[in-house]
Amino acid sequence: MGAPLLLVENLRKYFEIKRVFLGKKTYLRAVDGVSLSLVRGEAISIVGESGCGKTTLGKTILRLYKPTDGRIIFDGRDITHLGWKDLKWYRRETGLVQQDPFGALPPFMTVKRILEEPLVINGVKNRREREEKIYKALERVKLTPVEDFINKYPHMLSGGQQQRVVIARATILEPKMIVADEPISMLDASVRIEILKLLQELQQKYNQSIIYITHDLSTTKYFSERIYIMYAAQIVESASTSDLLQNPMHPYTRALLNVIPDPDPGNRFIIRNVPAGEPPNLMNPPPGCRFHPRCPNFIKGVCDTREPSIIEVAKGHYVKCWLYG
Amino acid sequence: MRKEHLSVKHLIMYYRTMRGEVRAVDDVSFSLLKGETVALIGESGCGKSSLAKAIIRLMPRNVSIYKGIILFNGINLMDLDEEEFRRKIRWSKITYVPQAALNSLNPVIKVGEQMIEPLTIIYKMGKREALEKAAEALRRVGIDESFIDRYPFELSGGMKQRIIIATALLTNPELIILDEPTSSLDTLTQANIMNILKSIKRETGLSMIFITHDISLSSELADKVAVMYAGQIVEFDTAERFYSNPKHPYSQKLMDSVPTLRTNKKLDFIPGSPPSLLNPPKGCRFAERCQFAFNNCAEDPPAIYLDGDFYVKCWLYMRK
Ligand SMILES: Nc1ncnc2c1ncn2[C@@H]1O[C@H](COP(=O)(O)OP(=O)(O)O)[C@@H](O)[C@H]1O
Ligand SMILES: Nc1ncnc2c1ncn2[C@@H]1O[C@H](COP(=O)(O)OP(=O)(O)O)[C@@H](O)[C@H]1O
Ligand code: SF4
Ligand SMILES: [Mg+2]
Ligand SMILES: [Mg+2]
Repeated sequence: MGAPLLLVENLRKYFEIKRVFLGKKTYLRAVDGVSLSLVRGEAISIVGESGCGKTTLGKTILRLYKPTDGRIIFDGRDITHLGWKDLKWYRRETGLVQQDPFGALPPFMTVKRILEEPLVINGVKNRREREEKIYKALERVKLTPVEDFINKYPHMLSGGQQQRVVIARATILEPKMIVADEPISMLDASVRIEILKLLQELQQKYNQSIIYITHDLSTTKYFSERIYIMYAAQIVESASTSDLLQNPMHPYTRALLNVIPDPDPGNRFIIRNVPAGEPPNLMNPPPGCRFHPRCPNFIKGVCDTREPSIIEVAKGHYVKCWLYG
Repeated sequence: MRKEHLSVKHLIMYYRTMRGEVRAVDDVSFSLLKGETVALIGESGCGKSSLAKAIIRLMPRNVSIYKGIILFNGINLMDLDEEEFRRKIRWSKITYVPQAALNSLNPVIKVGEQMIEPLTIIYKMGKREALEKAAEALRRVGIDESFIDRYPFELSGGMKQRIIIATALLTNPELIILDEPTSSLDTLTQANIMNILKSIKRETGLSMIFITHDISLSSELADKVAVMYAGQIVEFDTAERFYSNPKHPYSQKLMDSVPTLRTNKKLDFIPGSPPSLLNPPKGCRFAERCQFAFNNCAEDPPAIYLDGDFYVKCWLYMRK
């Protein structure tokens, strides 16, 4: 294996929150010390419940937000503090697919104009070349025959087709890496798989590196090589997809896996174990392990006082939990 | 034997629009026994919420046709006029938790005040007594009674949804219709709500119609399953049979599209999209997307009864 395409070290993104009284500054720590890596041509999943910081992490990696601290190395280059001019290069090399396809597409533009825009912005001056790229992008996302779609407006397309257009736009400059932020959560069951399979094909056939962000653990195994579990702005466990699903170690991961049903008529007779409470406020997270107030395995005097570090418990399997040392 | 609680027969509800008639509920039949839960599943726009509104008779103004039979405890609700329905059925016997109901809580009015509205308005109950009932209902969904004096803006989504469910239980109804009660909530919060619904079902013998687009989740409550496609129920079966052996080609494809954690099945999806309810195709509404479609499918398939009230609306099951 060569050097990873993306290396994120101890990344932090704090949002400043203005307090009405006292004029004191407080911070919401949306991403708080995240490290991860992405091998060229691979897909990784970032899984966590809403509000845990997934979108902020994705946007900070894409440098749509300015990092507060930490490092982002992309393709061997430190891009953490890239200035406006160099960011242009980085924008070309990366793409974002957002959650709500309809909201992401300007309603008054045709598919053709939507896809042409990033090309114009990035200085593809020749019209023929632009057209060629638009055709190729639409073929990649299987909106074929292209003629049937190219002049349509977003509202004339189904949810699945709209998301295909969003993906076509994110990949039109053939970026090395895309961040897909909950790309299927607004779609219907049968359409979800259609989009998931498309992303999988982009990865396998076109060697597209993908960061797949989701709150739905059950979709990750069809797709990514590695899973990162995020809780309250931090990664609490990471492992290869099969390792993580077969041998979850962090109590939070275990809780998640335990409550996600497969379709089975026996489910209705089971009361599931659900950790009490809710994720903490990121302006004032609990001391020690952030999961400790909800954790069934919590060790008093340890988990509530000191923050666990990340430990490699098996090859390539990392856990941030005192149960493991 | 348990008694039949609700039996919906040939229910039709259309909407009038500028572009024509929307056939949101188009000849729908299903039934449930006392204490049972039927899960109504299907993709968005197939008519699930419309069916719920047709049963609880909370219909938009632009309904053009509303007919069929709704037997509740053996009485046809369609024979009741609006006044009787409001007095005898809605809230007291059947309650409805609409989709996204948690957003309908007023953020700056105390929880208790909002909860007791059905009691003070419909039952003319005194405020003290009503608040006591509200406190009791909160305990049933695992919330401390002190929350009566809290404001919704202080509460999380999961908390609000539990309050909504508690409110729907205040009047001790016999049947509750839950329209996507967990779809905006997180995995753990959702599991928590499902636990609460399971214990309520077990302890009170309440009948439920549980509406969801999430097939895995539907199996957390369903004794029976009704699959809706383009305004119609295309399959109605027991949970035992349905989850292991769905019969309608649409149900089968839908099941194939469900990602699972514990099995290693291949995922598949249904190419294309459902037909418009403005001018649905003449024959089977799934025919255009069905891999088994044959000559017969150009005609509307009848409900083919396989066992008791259970049926499939598909020509493949027609006995020769
Ligand atoms: N621009 C912002 N300013 C202040 N707080 C923000 C901003 N964006 C997100 N947050 C907060 O950061 C936390 C993480 O949010 P987000 O990254 O959207 O999580 P997720 O995508 O996992 O749901 C949340 O508490 C959210 O309210
Ligand atoms: N008041 C209305 N007027 C016209 N069409 C409506 C109205 N309400 C819903 N519809 C349409 O009826 C169909 C079924 O909608 P709905 O019952 O909300 O489906 P579901 O709950 O399964 O998503 C959709 O095509 C929807 O656009
Ligand atoms: S009736 Fe025919 S077209 Fe319809 S689902 Fe059955 S086989 Fe397919
Ligand atoms: Mg997000
Ligand atoms: Mg609905």
